[in-house]
Amino acid sequence: MTGADAAPGRRMTMIEAINDALDVMLARDPMVVVLGEDVGYFGGVFRATAGLQAKHGRTRVFDTPISECGIIGVAVGMGAYGLRPVPEIQFADYIYPGLDQLVSEAARLRYRSAGEFTAPMTVRSPFGGGIFGGQTHSQSPEALFTHVAGIKTVVPSTPHDAKGLLIAAIEDNDPVIFFEPKRLYNGPFNGHYDEPAVPWSRHPDSHVPEGHYRIDLGTARVVRAGEAVTVLAYGTMVHVAREVAERQGIDAEVIDLRTLVPLDIAAIERSVRKTGRCMVVHEATRTGGFGAELAALVQERCFYALEAPVERVTGFDTPYPHSLEWAYFPGPVRIGEAFDRLIAA
Amino acid sequence: MTAGNLPGLRLHVPEPRFRPGDAVDYSTLVIPPAGAQPRPDEVCAASETHPLCLDLVRVLGDDDRAHGPWNPALDVATLLRMLRLMALTRAFDARMVRAQRQGKTSFYMKSTGEEATSVATAMALAEDDMVFPSYRQQGVFLTRGYPLVDMINQILSNRADKLKGRQLPIMYSARECAIFSISGNLATQYPQAVGWAMASAIRGDTRIATAFIGEGSSAEGDFHSALTFAAVYNAPVVFHVVNNQWAISSFSGFAGAERTTFAARAIGYGIAGLRIDGNDPLAVYAAVRWAADRARANAGPTLIEHFTYRAEGHSTSDDPGQYRSAAERAEWPLGDPVDRLMRHLMALGEWDAERQAAMDAAVDGEVRAAMRAAEANGVLGHGLHHPFRTLFEDVFETLPWHLAEQNAQALHERQVKWPDWSDDADLGDAP
Ligand SMILES: Cc1ncc(C[n+]2csc(CCOP(=O)(O)OP(=O)(O)O)c2C)c(N)n1
Repeated sequence: MTGADAAPGRRMTMIEAINDALDVMLARDPMVVVLGEDVGYFGGVFRATAGLQAKHGRTRVFDTPISECGIIGVAVGMGAYGLRPVPEIQFADYIYPGLDQLVSEAARLRYRSAGEFTAPMTVRSPFGGGIFGGQTHSQSPEALFTHVAGIKTVVPSTPHDAKGLLIAAIEDNDPVIFFEPKRLYNGPFNGHYDEPAVPWSRHPDSHVPEGHYRIDLGTARVVRAGEAVTVLAYGTMVHVAREVAERQGIDAEVIDLRTLVPLDIAAIERSVRKTGRCMVVHEATRTGGFGAELAALVQERCFYALEAPVERVTGFDTPYPHSLEWAYFPGPVRIGEAFDRLIAA
Repeated sequence: MTAGNLPGLRLHVPEPRFRPGDAVDYSTLVIPPAGAQPRPDEVCAASETHPLCLDLVRVLGDDDRAHGPWNPALDVATLLRMLRLMALTRAFDARMVRAQRQGKTSFYMKSTGEEATSVATAMALAEDDMVFPSYRQQGVFLTRGYPLVDMINQILSNRADKLKGRQLPIMYSARECAIFSISGNLATQYPQAVGWAMASAIRGDTRIATAFIGEGSSAEGDFHSALTFAAVYNAPVVFHVVNNQWAISSFSGFAGAERTTFAARAIGYGIAGLRIDGNDPLAVYAAVRWAADRARANAGPTLIEHFTYRAEGHSTSDDPGQYRSAAERAEWPLGDPVDRLMRHLMALGEWDAERQAAMDAAVDGEVRAAMRAAEANGVLGHGLHHPFRTLFEDVFETLPWHLAEQNAQALHERQVKWPDWSDDADLGDAP
């Protein structure tokens, strides 16, 4: 339960919280514009921008041609003028045509112009699987962005955090990739796909305060305190790992990283020094994944506190499958056995 | 922000003419009479076609007769085959949407109203010309005789699916029919088709390539790269832009239609272009045959805009009632392609309502039988139909150590989750 629970607000899904964050920022800052495929009149294929064009006008919230290269490229130009564009890429799987504008341009603009020009944009994009979307609606490409110098990468896991993080991202003067786990849009997901879906309204972190609030980028959150093992996770896997710890009765400390770059290294060190055991979990493919970076950091900084090798639990190194989605997904068995190995070591 | 007396700049954001609830009025749409468009020689200078990029090639008139120099003069047997394939495509779409609604699969996309663009195109090409489709050309597969059961197995992602349950429904691959694997990433197929056509020319082959794209996706950079390469190398390729007016909720104005036609892109690249009535199967057939003959004669690429209408939602995930007027479909001035060809055959005295009803029942029966056969191989669900090792195959030609380890991990997890799953199960049977 977060302290914000006391503030006036209401229960929201993650989609509603993202919509609310955009609404707040459009109202507060005339420099904010929202653009992307189908985001205008229709309000986005996931409804994240529903109602925003009608409220804020067609030159603040508008549809774009189907060109991710163009969407990111014009956002760089808008940023150069002084706007704060919030482009939406309809699925993270479709961000690749925009990669040159992101990696070569947005990420390095401040550096190459010695601060004369910046790219204060927040690229929102639904990511991750668990919805039978096949290989082109399920990917988690965060490591492609964390590898690039000059881009911040944010992944929320609750409605409360989604709103506060998105506001902080929009107010940030550097380019931010904001990956929204689409499996969490309408409810938390604990990894048990064969059990009935749970709505956000029954989850404490669906309480979303009214108006403006920020969750500073680079701050992790302890979702569940524990002494036996530290779990480093983000997005959907926060909920899955936590559920496994609870069902297996493991005294795990689950940390929701929330921001991958810049990382809350102090929170990680504090926890791992306490527990001496660490598991990193992500849905993305394993090789070269962000888990590798986390594991390296933990052993560099906490080596003498470690009582077991760091466990990496991830998706497999294959494209995201369709019919075998749940064989691919790093679910309760994969996580549970990693817990067992850590505790036994 | 403003200097002196200069007026403030204004951003133009396109807005379609009709939204939900609006009455529609298509009187401003210029529809020339059938038969009025000239047909240049196939090997003419590209510029001779450029007036046709702003025109609309039509063959079937309001009198249900074929008119003018573009009339392909097809025999009755060919016309009947065309009608049947379009009806089959429509019946197939209807049945697959029903399967999706029944929870047998995750997703489907219809091509209702656009059947002529794929069926008549495939009929006008040689059987071995290479097709690079988008996701809305099921008519090409059906015309080339790709088995219905194989298509449905893919849609159901079942254990007989030749793509091993890896792809989203309708993202087929049919090499034996000279059709390239379908990608979910829009426009990628366009430069690939040019590369195939260049390769065919490098090797002195006689086969040409053809590619489909939606008008919305023509905004992607890949579209423009493709046209540049095709123009530079005079590649033997036929480009189709299926302008069905809508890209999910975005009308064609978001791809540039407020300024000029999609066919007119050809003018800028200096290649041949044709704008055709995409709901007129005879016009589609004639235009594609013209462009294919041109490419085969080493006279260069052609861009064809099929002016049509997406009669249904974008996919089973879409509700078009949210963003466009329901009256658009009913009032669409170019009618329905199946209906138009049927009436043409009736006007020729070769067809009647009874035979049409019998044919509709026959194609539906064909689809139903294929559905039954495919369902015997399972439907999408949590049964995890495919042997787990197939998850790791085809990532590379051979399995590297890390995928072998992950394969072992997946099998182990299955053992934990379903202890009764026999080893045979990994050869194809679900629990
Ligand atoms: C690179 C990429 N961007 C976005 C999408 C999401 N998307 C799928 S279909 C579609 C609309 C395409 O419209 P159009 O090209 O007009 O073809 P139509 O669906 O009308 O046949 C969009 C935006 C995608 N699949 N790939």
